[in-house]
Amino acid sequence: MTEKDPGTTGGSAAEPRTDVTAGGDVLAAPAAPEGREELEVVEVRTGMFGAHGSGDTSGFGGLVRPVTRPLATPRPYGGWYDEVVDVLAEVLAEGGTAFDAAVEGVVVDPPAGSGARTELTIHVRPEHIVAVCQALRDDQDLRFELSLGVSGVHYPGDAGRELHAVYHLTSITHGRSLRLEVTVPDSHPHIPTTTTVYPTNDWHERETWDFFGIVFDGHPALARIAMPDDWPGHPQRKDYPLGGIPVEYKGATVPPPDQRRSYS
Amino acid sequence: MGIEEAPSGFLLTTVEDLAGYFRKGSLWPVTFGLACCAIEMMAAGASRFDLSRFGMEVFRASPRQADLMIVAGRVSQKMAPVVRQVYDQMPEPKWVLSMGVCASSGGMFNNYAIVQGVDHIVPVDIYLPGCPPRPEMLINSILALHQQIQDQPLGVNRREAARAAEAAALEATPTSAMKGLLR
Amino acid sequence: MSTQSSARSTGPAPGAARPHAARPPVDDTSVPSFESSGGDWDEIAAEIAELGEERIVVNMGPQHPSTHGVLRLMLEIDGETVTEARCGVGYLHTGIEKNMEFRTWTQGVAFCTRMDYLAPFFQEAAYCLGIERLLGIEDDVPDRAQVIRVLLMELNRVASHLVCLGTGGNEMGATTVMTISFTAREEILRIFESITGLRMNHAFIRPGGVAQDVPAGLSEDFWHMDTEVRKYLAQLGDLMLANPIFRSRLVGTGHLNLAGCMALGVTGPVLRSAGLPYDVRKSAPYCGYETYDFDVPTSTDADCYSRVVLRIEECYQSLKIAAQCIERLERSVGEPVMVADKKIAWPAQLAVGTDGAGNSFEHIREIMGQSMEALIHHFKLVTEGFRVPAGQVFQTVEHPRGELGVHLVSDGGTRPYRAHFRDPSFNNLQAVALMCEGGQVADVVVAVASLDPVLGGVDR
Repeated sequence: MTEKDPGTTGGSAAEPRTDVTAGGDVLAAPAAPEGREELEVVEVRTGMFGAHGSGDTSGFGGLVRPVTRPLATPRPYGGWYDEVVDVLAEVLAEGGTAFDAAVEGVVVDPPAGSGARTELTIHVRPEHIVAVCQALRDDQDLRFELSLGVSGVHYPGDAGRELHAVYHLTSITHGRSLRLEVTVPDSHPHIPTTTTVYPTNDWHERETWDFFGIVFDGHPALARIAMPDDWPGHPQRKDYPLGGIPVEYKGATVPPPDQRRSYS
Repeated sequence: MGIEEAPSGFLLTTVEDLAGYFRKGSLWPVTFGLACCAIEMMAAGASRFDLSRFGMEVFRASPRQADLMIVAGRVSQKMAPVVRQVYDQMPEPKWVLSMGVCASSGGMFNNYAIVQGVDHIVPVDIYLPGCPPRPEMLINSILALHQQIQDQPLGVNRREAARAAEAAALEATPTSAMKGLLR
Repeated sequence: MSTQSSARSTGPAPGAARPHAARPPVDDTSVPSFESSGGDWDEIAAEIAELGEERIVVNMGPQHPSTHGVLRLMLEIDGETVTEARCGVGYLHTGIEKNMEFRTWTQGVAFCTRMDYLAPFFQEAAYCLGIERLLGIEDDVPDRAQVIRVLLMELNRVASHLVCLGTGGNEMGATTVMTISFTAREEILRIFESITGLRMNHAFIRPGGVAQDVPAGLSEDFWHMDTEVRKYLAQLGDLMLANPIFRSRLVGTGHLNLAGCMALGVTGPVLRSAGLPYDVRKSAPYCGYETYDFDVPTSTDADCYSRVVLRIEECYQSLKIAAQCIERLERSVGEPVMVADKKIAWPAQLAVGTDGAGNSFEHIREIMGQSMEALIHHFKLVTEGFRVPAGQVFQTVEHPRGELGVHLVSDGGTRPYRAHFRDPSFNNLQAVALMCEGGQVADVVVAVASLDPVLGGVDR
């Protein structure tokens, strides 16, 4: 690696600089220093958001921006999170499911120690979501009786893990909230329905099906709820266009938001 | 009607004046509040901004008894056939006031779900911008509509006016070809 | 479905079982259908009796004076009894959540405020609180800004309950209730206009604080409004609560007990009328709610009447909180209302000039003449917006209709990667079936009014 400082003698003490590339450019942030969390790169976006090939010579076509997501947090999680995860593991084990089989990972978001209020996210495998929900609702020490619905998120760049369904649960008894996240691939977007455990998820699952195409197996009546019944496609997926029309002004048109140039 | 088939002249003008005066005197709106603008429309009908002074406080639930459809709010793709159906159920003469930017042009929601202007579905007489327009603005637009109704030609005059408007529209420059501030 | 242009997403493989409606619209002439145009119900009923049809499907809406907005109720009735009640929603779907993915974080406030248009401050507040948590500045938001937020939210709660009571009364035929409520609401809207400049859909609560400080004469305006609104609330109470017709229509109708509420995830006045004193302001306080003195009215009757009583009582409690806010504002005059970090704080101050509202002269003088940094911050924040670290957050607030939850996913950029709003009306409308089936048709209107759905929030 080329050292910027010519005064250093090529000796045993010189460690290769990790924040300087071979070409001498300084990287934006040092790689995984102490106290910082490593993020999972979901997608790397190149060029300007929205429009491509517009003939722009500003150089923004060379933008490279990684889309990141926090990785699994190591123990201890902090606060009551450890207790909840332990009780959940215990209840699942009693029911015959291994904790690692049901749960892919636990994330505390934002990372502990940053001073901000954290949230617990449990990544659950789709086959076991009903068992996990049942355990969370019924066990005395967990008692997450209020489900605040399901919503979907679409990460098209994350091959094999595109569709996420996010469940938010609140325990009124204990005054706690947590989040469950289930990931399914685009090729097989099936998740068992949780309406048997939380009947309130009925319309929320319909909405998630309507907007993302996640099929909830066993749902009593999985039909579109916001779009007309015969609407093709699932609108809130990232590969579905925003669908606006260009706005006409005197002497010019302004394209809809998803087709405009932007510089961030 | 027989009298409006009179030839263009003094008699027809008098008929137009009288008919316009009576039609604008009690224009009954149909309850077609969709979103935020509906609340401002209700506020306009309430005590502070009183639409009753124009004879319009009775919002008819049935379109068959209404003259005016105030499309107040964003019209989604699912709602569009309903708008058309309600419009078709209204008997002539009828007017449409598109209240708010969402009804006039799609507003800030330039996307898959909203019809970009209710004039894609029904013919609109008055466009009222605003997000939402204040009740005073709604009353202003209603007064403008009253003026329009008062001046509306009938019979022969109406046919001629329609022909003239169509000819003018065919010759007019399209908006994107006009010279504006951006060019 | 998959034969559309390549821009559309591909659904399940063609030919695979699709769970959405695949049957063509019912054009079945063997099913007798009747269209009523008013005043002819007797003839229709006589015809139906002749035909021997016992179960009729009545379609109420989406354009209907009594359904609180564009809600479609499909009721299967047997005589006067409702045997099945289903809701059709989606007639106001605006795609706001998807639209927010193409706008900066601050511009998203102007979008989310229009979801539930009767309580816009709650969407703004929940959204901004979520962003502040993602940014890690939740403790840096100045106290004065939090107090202003609480003031606006509580006044909005009163305004929203007034509309609920007003439209509910109107749907039952009592138009005076509506005029009284709307007049009281006008007083509150005067306050909103003096603070934010708009009567509705103010994009005033911004990430980091509020857009501007409150005007100087707010206290006098507030106390004047307080007197008037209390007067009108008293009038409403007198008009409604002891009225025998009102009581016979509301007492005992729309029953939804605690088990039903918990199963359906119903929150807000409906849950509190069933006996559980669950209020997010008490259980997970935000914006400094733990420092205010207020009660959470609860009832155990679980019917429409108790919900009306609860809403009126909540109005009084909200006015109490708002009075405390005004006192705190009087004590903290001159403090900032935006977070100190110049890279996040909304830069502009608006004022009314000779040509309408726009940036105030002082601000323009500062950015053009005095501070280059201020100019750059203004430019970058308005055009690009600030960057929010990657992660997700779920922020809940106590909305007048229940618990509003905002799920924000950030990918590290200047736009939300995903913004989802768990709207309380959307959730609470699921209870219509449980509340109405087995009752009478007239009770459907009353039950839906007591749930207080606002279709802008339901459909988003």
